[in-house]
Amino acid sequence: MATAAVSPAAGLKTKGRPSVPKTRPTPSERRRNLTGWVFIIPAAGLITIMSFWPMLQALLLSMQTGRGTRLHYAQPLWLNYERLLNDDIFIMTLKTTFVYLIIQVPLMLGTALVLSVLLNNPNLKFKGLFRTAIFLPCAVSLVSYSLVFRTLFANDGFVNDMLMGLHLIDSPVNWLGNTITARLVIILGLLWRWTGYNMVFYLAGLQNIDPATIEAARIDGANAWQTFWHVTVPQLKPMIVLTAIMSTNGTLQLFDESWNLTRGGPAYTSMTMSHYLYELSFLKSPNFGYASALSYVILLLVAVLALIQMKVGDKRDA
Amino acid sequence: MRKSTLRQVPSYLFLTIAALVSIFPLYFMVVSATNTSNQVLSSKMTPGSNLLANFNRLLEVSNLYPALGYSAAIALLTTALALLVCSVAGYGFEVYHSRGKDTVMGILLLAMMIPFAATMIPLFQLFGKVGLVNSLWAVILPTISTPFLILLFRQASRSFPHEIIEAARLDGLSEIAIFARMYVPTMRSTYAAAAVVTFMNAWNNFMWPKIILIDVKFQTMPILVSNLAGGYVTDYGVLMLAVLIASLPAMVVFLALQRSFANGIMGSVK
Repeated sequence: MATAAVSPAAGLKTKGRPSVPKTRPTPSERRRNLTGWVFIIPAAGLITIMSFWPMLQALLLSMQTGRGTRLHYAQPLWLNYERLLNDDIFIMTLKTTFVYLIIQVPLMLGTALVLSVLLNNPNLKFKGLFRTAIFLPCAVSLVSYSLVFRTLFANDGFVNDMLMGLHLIDSPVNWLGNTITARLVIILGLLWRWTGYNMVFYLAGLQNIDPATIEAARIDGANAWQTFWHVTVPQLKPMIVLTAIMSTNGTLQLFDESWNLTRGGPAYTSMTMSHYLYELSFLKSPNFGYASALSYVILLLVAVLALIQMKVGDKRDA
Repeated sequence: MRKSTLRQVPSYLFLTIAALVSIFPLYFMVVSATNTSNQVLSSKMTPGSNLLANFNRLLEVSNLYPALGYSAAIALLTTALALLVCSVAGYGFEVYHSRGKDTVMGILLLAMMIPFAATMIPLFQLFGKVGLVNSLWAVILPTISTPFLILLFRQASRSFPHEIIEAARLDGLSEIAIFARMYVPTMRSTYAAAAVVTFMNAWNNFMWPKIILIDVKFQTMPILVSNLAGGYVTDYGVLMLAVLIASLPAMVVFLALQRSFANGIMGSVK
């Protein structure tokens, strides 16, 4: 493993240095630079073997077809992709994933932003307590919280008991048995699990904002909302773009919740793309070629959405 | 004075609601672990006396101890190796200047954008080829080196005074000794932050271990819990206890290191 880890990164090394520096480095400098590269090689090698190489393999696989290990290139090469477009379950999982993305991510980032600004108030008491409580959900595993939510939203579970106790509903709602409510429960779960996580990034970003800019806005007569929207938010923009990209990336890869909370049901309507990918590759009769095509759709979506978000982030800067 | 306190009432209200909503499912999980299945379903919100019975039942229906051991081994090994590999790389990127470093860093950062979904099938084939299916190493290797950790250490290394390095070199310390004896001890909070993130991710990882650990002998805690919930009859008391046990180590690590975690993250984004 160790020798294999060295070679690809060593290739990068020579590629990264196109020309010889004009002033020849002293022997000790050269030795030191070499040390620098040696420090980087294990990490770079692992990323190459565990991420870049499989990514290329997946592209090749996505153009192959056949059963089990007997795969051959498809005619035409994009056959698997064509098949995806006519796969009703795939289209459904794509739709569902975007429902989660469009509703949950803005809601979560907005809430995290408000919470972090409130927590950043220097006069606030019990700051540490609030921060810990709100951040604690992200220490819980995705499987664990999915099962807690499944129990809470069971037919005879706590949520129905409470709503009936408050006379808001007459009979138990079958939360996980209806498309809309099953999706809603997943969205609520995601909000619960990840809002605190994003809040920490905003809190870190707020530390770097000069309080004088906020003070100045206040003196100029801006109210709390105006200060927040016109002074705080623009300065936090790099953080907002970062969290938006991370959350989009995460949402496009949702698996644990779909698998454990709703089992993808009812009738595939709460299933995510990654859940379907898992079913295609490791359940039923595995079809690695077709599954890889789906995995590449996810990869492309991640890349395209990240690019859009970075572009939008840049534009607002100007 | 009174006016400003009054103005803060909505803040406190909002934060209190957010805190309660955050804590409630955890409280529910802890309390339910001590109750019978029927009590959980009748929404009993006070601690019960069924904890021991639930625990014995959990031991009966699952391989709890092997799963705990397996999860612990994976999480600890991953954390130790990830901290070593990524901190060395972050240090290497920041301290040694030479051409091409930024290009390499840029390429590595691109890996952040590669979804795991797009690599898991070839990874499964790769580990199958080298005979590592069902092995700890197959679980650990893909998660050791992450662009996020390298970036975290690289950013944090900026605050490490380079004069110290020069002085140590004049004193005849080797490059590795400088790293091990001077850098590592001063970057404690960054290491803590990295450890929290890595340990939690490794302990909680579900999809990849589920794929690569085919043999039921090698269940990790999340897999055990998930399978428990997939059975025909669900005993909610037992299930919530399993969920609690599966969550506890990551939560303890987080609570113990949370101050360093916050400092580490903040130091790295400056």
